[in-house]
Amino acid sequence: MTALLETIGLQKAFGAVIAASDISVAVEPGQKLGLIGNNGAGKTTFINIVTGHLKPDAGRVLLDGNDITGRAPRQVRRDGVSRSFQIPQLFTSLTLDQNLLLALAILRQEGMSSWKPARSDVKMAELDDLLERFRLRPYREQTVAVLPGGVRKLVDVAMAVTQRPKLLLLDEPTSGVAVEEKFPLMDVIMHAIEFTETTVLFVEHDMDIVGRYADRVLAFYAGRIIADGEPAAVLSNEEVQRYVTGGVA
Amino acid sequence: MTGVIGTLVAAVIAYAVLVLAGYLAPDWLVLVATLAFTKGLVALGIVALMRGGLVSFGQGTFYCAGAYAAGLAMRSFGIGDAALLVALGAIAGLILGGIIAPLLAGYRGIFFATLTLALSMIVYGILNKTYSLGGSDGLNLHAPSFFGYRPAGSENAGYALFLFTGLIMVIAATLCRIHFNSVRGLLSHAARDNEIRVEYLGASVRWINSVNFIIAAVLGGVGGALSALSLGHIDPDFAFWTTSGEFVFLAILSGYVSVTAVFVAAILVELLRSYSSQYFPNTWQGVLGIFLLLIILFLPGGLGSLALRLRPKGPEPAPSPAENLK
Repeated sequence: MTALLETIGLQKAFGAVIAASDISVAVEPGQKLGLIGNNGAGKTTFINIVTGHLKPDAGRVLLDGNDITGRAPRQVRRDGVSRSFQIPQLFTSLTLDQNLLLALAILRQEGMSSWKPARSDVKMAELDDLLERFRLRPYREQTVAVLPGGVRKLVDVAMAVTQRPKLLLLDEPTSGVAVEEKFPLMDVIMHAIEFTETTVLFVEHDMDIVGRYADRVLAFYAGRIIADGEPAAVLSNEEVQRYVTGGVA
Repeated sequence: MTGVIGTLVAAVIAYAVLVLAGYLAPDWLVLVATLAFTKGLVALGIVALMRGGLVSFGQGTFYCAGAYAAGLAMRSFGIGDAALLVALGAIAGLILGGIIAPLLAGYRGIFFATLTLALSMIVYGILNKTYSLGGSDGLNLHAPSFFGYRPAGSENAGYALFLFTGLIMVIAATLCRIHFNSVRGLLSHAARDNEIRVEYLGASVRWINSVNFIIAAVLGGVGGALSALSLGHIDPDFAFWTTSGEFVFLAILSGYVSVTAVFVAAILVELLRSYSSQYFPNTWQGVLGIFLLLIILFLPGGLGSLALRLRPKGPEPAPSPAENLK
């Protein structure tokens, strides 16, 4: 089977800091991949390179076998890659409805229309479905700036999912979210993409969440991948316990 | 489409009110309103830019280009019809905006504002030294005709120009309202909030800003051509930085929420200028400054934000995320 995403020998340094050192990974379609590692280990750099936010110093990124290395984020999105952010990147002065309507409109290639209204019956029907899947209906008319952190996280993921990506990258979807909301939030996200055949890579610090939602785990340390495999195997790996989890399996 | 139809109906009503108001108003007020509309058109362009998070301090460039395009067409080619002259002004703005937009699309904030200002001052300097275009004295223009009709007498000519300017203003305001409510209009607003997310949704912020810049340039050209016809004279001061500053003043005063507010602000400022220059001949600029200061302090969103304050309060408080995710 052709890998959906393949990275070959990615290198990236910021001055003396090595953020990616020979990162070679192949991700099969439909996988749910957890990325773990301490702060500065290179997880977000990896996501930023794959999504075009950063250009690697060396190496290649292949999507469905096509080289997408160094393409701009908007081109990578058109190729089928979407992402959410550690700090949600939303249109804070617009309402939740407007945020999602824009995402839907761009998907429908209406982004450059000065004539088509932002609200249309077709888009409103799609919006209703999205609000239902992400349980965002109670907040739909609120300005994003006043939404709680957990809801903003959901909106950020919903914006990415709206693009119907082949590959979805979630950068710390539960960071900054109250402990009691973490599992319900991940449940909502995973349920929302359940029937979409989307391949998911998510960065996570909570090993319980990684163990529950990932079917494969990559452990990063100092810009390198130090372990790759099934969650139980990776989390019990000696190096991972020493450098990443601090003994938590 | 209901929104578009509603906007079109409102435009027809607004124009009917203008026709009646112009007929009843004294001549001096008709002239003041005509000038206000021409400047409001340029400020409307800045509002289109502001919605995308950019402010141009050099709209005098396009205002001047529109005015000179109309003036030269009248003097060199004998074109006397207002509609044709305004179309030429729009084309001048379009061409100039189309050339400059890609060069400035990568700049933001003070860099963008300063570069636009610098361009306008280059145009000002060139025109001052171009004697074939009248140099610093500029050029005089005669009164235009309107679709073949040439009004007799200065009163009729003033009213005809008011009606024509009002028509252009209503058309421009209507198109801008439709544009602001459209996907692209909302996308501009979104780019102001978060360029990263716009790019990650698959749209180009450079392209959005370029199109907004060209819209502003065309409106600047139209406003310039109409000003030239209203004043009967053009000179390099059309591109001077204080002229551009006046348009920014109007845009800040109106805010970027309402297109109607732009023209209300323009009329208010023209009236304020007329009265204050009469009663405070040496300090009227100070009066304008105090007026702007009061607006920034007490109405930071501009006159248009008054409409938002009158709207019903927002939705009921939503449940907490934990409660909602259960």
